Amino acid sequence: MTFSRRDTLALGAGAVAFSFMPFQVSAAADEAIAAFTGGAEVAEGGITLTAPEIAENGNTVPVSVDASGAMSILLLATGNPTPGVATFNFGELAGSQSASTRMRLAGTQDVVAIAKMADGSFARAASTVKVTIGGCGG
Amino acid sequence: MADGVKPRVKAPKKAAAGDVVTLKTLISHKMESGQRKGSDGNLIPRSIINRFTCEFNGKSVIDVTLEAAISTNPYFEFEATVPEAGDFKFTWYDDDGSVYDETKSVAIG
Repeated sequence: MTFSRRDTLALGAGAVAFSFMPFQVSAAADEAIAAFTGGAEVAEGGITLTAPEIAENGNTVPVSVDASGAMSILLLATGNPTPGVATFNFGELAGSQSASTRMRLAGTQDVVAIAKMADGSFARAASTVKVTIGGCGG
Repeated sequence: MADGVKPRVKAPKKAAAGDVVTLKTLISHKMESGQRKGSDGNLIPRSIINRFTCEFNGKSVIDVTLEAAISTNPYFEFEATVPEAGDFKFTWYDDDGSVYDETKSVAIG
């Protein structure tokens, strides 16, 4: 089949729109988020998620979260067979509401962090990590 | 439980009262995710550390719920306030019921 110039342009525009669709989160991840927030509204910003843009080895991907004023932070890998990574609950002697760890990623995907603030509001941040070798042994 | 589980903690020996200190912890553990298949083609059952806590003189610093996506040899870095001299107590809870702990004392000075 042949493409006219108009078709090609329309296809390109569609592809661009598709790739910019924000937060294509899997159903399991959606459920985990709903369980954490109780369906409350989640605002952008107020939380920093630091993850590499490209991870060569999906078995150990360094990640850190930081949300001042947070009570707890939920970390999700939306493209993993089980999206949960960790939940950090900060106690009264926490020096800051930040933590670093290392996680496994099955492939290129969005990593999402959601913070529950002391005033009951929620904040989220997301970051796309490209994974060269997946970390789930499949 | 799994052999050779050894907790390691890096914490300062001294701090000024009210200081914020950085703590680094690592425990050797294979963190079998339950997703991998063994040589016989069957899934290897999940065996991970599912909870990690840090307390200072009985007051909570951090309480982490770990899932299968945490890497082998789980590592955590976080910050704690030291209001007085005392002990940090780090505890790891294994899927099989084992509990590993480590204590680090901090002096004021």
